[in-house]
Amino acid sequence: MMPSLQFLVPASYFIAAVLFIAGLKGMSSPVTARKGMIWAGIAMALAVLVTFFHPKVEGNYGLMVIALVSASVLAWWWAKVVAMTDMPQMIALYNGMGGGSAAAIAAVELLKLHSGQVEMVPTTLLVASFGAIIGSVAFSGSLIAYAKLQGWMRKSWRFPGQQLLNLLVIAATIGLGVWIMVDGPTPLLLALFFASALLAGILVTVPIGGADMPVVISLYNALTGLAVGFKGYVLEIPALMIAGIVVGAAGTVLTQLMAKAMNRSLGNVLFAGFGKADEDAAGLSAEGEMRSIDATDAAIQMAYAEKVIIVPGYGLAVAQAQHKIWELTELLTSRGVKVSFAIHPVAGRMPGHMNVLLAEAGVPYDLIFDLEDINAQFPNTDVALVLGANDVVNPAARKDRSSPIFGMPILDADRARNCIVVKRGQGTGFSGIENLLFFEDNTRMLYGDAQKVAQSLIAGIKALG
Amino acid sequence: MEGWIALYIFMLAAFTGIEVIRRVPAILHTPLMSGSNFIHGIVVVGGMVVLGMAETNTEIVVGFVAVFLGAGNAVGGYVVTDRMLEMFKSSGNRNEGDKS
Repeated sequence: MMPSLQFLVPASYFIAAVLFIAGLKGMSSPVTARKGMIWAGIAMALAVLVTFFHPKVEGNYGLMVIALVSASVLAWWWAKVVAMTDMPQMIALYNGMGGGSAAAIAAVELLKLHSGQVEMVPTTLLVASFGAIIGSVAFSGSLIAYAKLQGWMRKSWRFPGQQLLNLLVIAATIGLGVWIMVDGPTPLLLALFFASALLAGILVTVPIGGADMPVVISLYNALTGLAVGFKGYVLEIPALMIAGIVVGAAGTVLTQLMAKAMNRSLGNVLFAGFGKADEDAAGLSAEGEMRSIDATDAAIQMAYAEKVIIVPGYGLAVAQAQHKIWELTELLTSRGVKVSFAIHPVAGRMPGHMNVLLAEAGVPYDLIFDLEDINAQFPNTDVALVLGANDVVNPAARKDRSSPIFGMPILDADRARNCIVVKRGQGTGFSGIENLLFFEDNTRMLYGDAQKVAQSLIAGIKALG
Repeated sequence: MEGWIALYIFMLAAFTGIEVIRRVPAILHTPLMSGSNFIHGIVVVGGMVVLGMAETNTEIVVGFVAVFLGAGNAVGGYVVTDRMLEMFKSSGNRNEGDKS
């Protein structure tokens, strides 16, 4: 009974679509997240298997297997060996591959249209071309994002007339797309079309600074989703449409949430440099002086506290101090101190990245709190320990209208009874904005590398017996 | 496919995407981005279909690239997501090992 195959293929795609949505839904809690993803993974494997029996597939089975196996082995191996701190760029890389795949699908479809093997109504051609553009932009843009986060490229690259050039390239891409729509695709026209779309992705991404990269990666993730959805329409596979559009919509919301947490608008991220605002507005020059404390005194303060909140930032991850901090936390907890972690939405390199890094060190997620949940607790906290975080605890965001970060939600570490800031040196941080927290009366600076400081704090507490 | 039906699918899928993400706490934003990155790896299916239809050498090469990149997206996205989620443990179950 062979007609069952005609049923099996679309039925499997349907199941896959359901499990994908359920998998994303499971992400709303750390308890269900992993199980949901495992089911989504099974659905993906099933969808790939039945595609060998898709009615349109007529040959090249051997090549298909080679491409599937070689890519899977490479991607699996690379994803396994990469360090957790490098996760953001891995997401960018794999996302770029998805965008590239969508663009390549469009290329084959358009080539087939040229040779007359397939026919397309204008709507389908429009959707195919549009998918080709966003797929290509997501591909080249993500690769640039990868190169930047990996440190292979200068952080941002600007030159006069850049905005104009970008606009021209984008206009040229759309123009070529319209030409294809009107006159039909020729190989030369297609080559120019894809080259200019790829160039647009590169040019748009190149001037964007490292701090904004997470927002851009999230945006490209949404774009790839959209491109995949469009390909689903062209190839008449609803599962692709649904998975692509769900990701596209979710990715757009996520991008906006991230931009908001960084106090930027999306347009601002894409079309203005972060550096610009900072140069002409350094904000209030701080009054008062910074007072330092040594590790032994800090250890005593924390050991006899009732409640300690640790505010980790990316500097903590750079110093690889997460494990030491967890050891410190366990030590304090065994003395009866209540320890929690406060995470700013943009701590780490992207929202939630810090949570991943802490989880890797073994910190249970129920000790980790979001900004909204923990800010009210700072006034009853004896010690707030700020480690490698800077702008996200700068009270200038609340007090100083002229500061570039004014209005950004911050963690109110300055409202704790005592605040200890661990910092490598005396200068301003990453963004160059003066941090008013360092000059508060209840703040003490503890200079040193986060890893070594954590080590001496542990030693200090142990010495108390 | 009938245009209007496609438009309805797009619209409903978009609302689904927005609703699904709205409940996700900030601590899971990076895994979520990674998870949605994995899910658009379904594009590999489209790559297989076009490679299966490809006839000229150019079509075959580009189709091969489509499958290769799509498979990389799906597998890499999955492994990265799973590695992250594996590490999220509550203080209740952190010492229980692989009981679940």
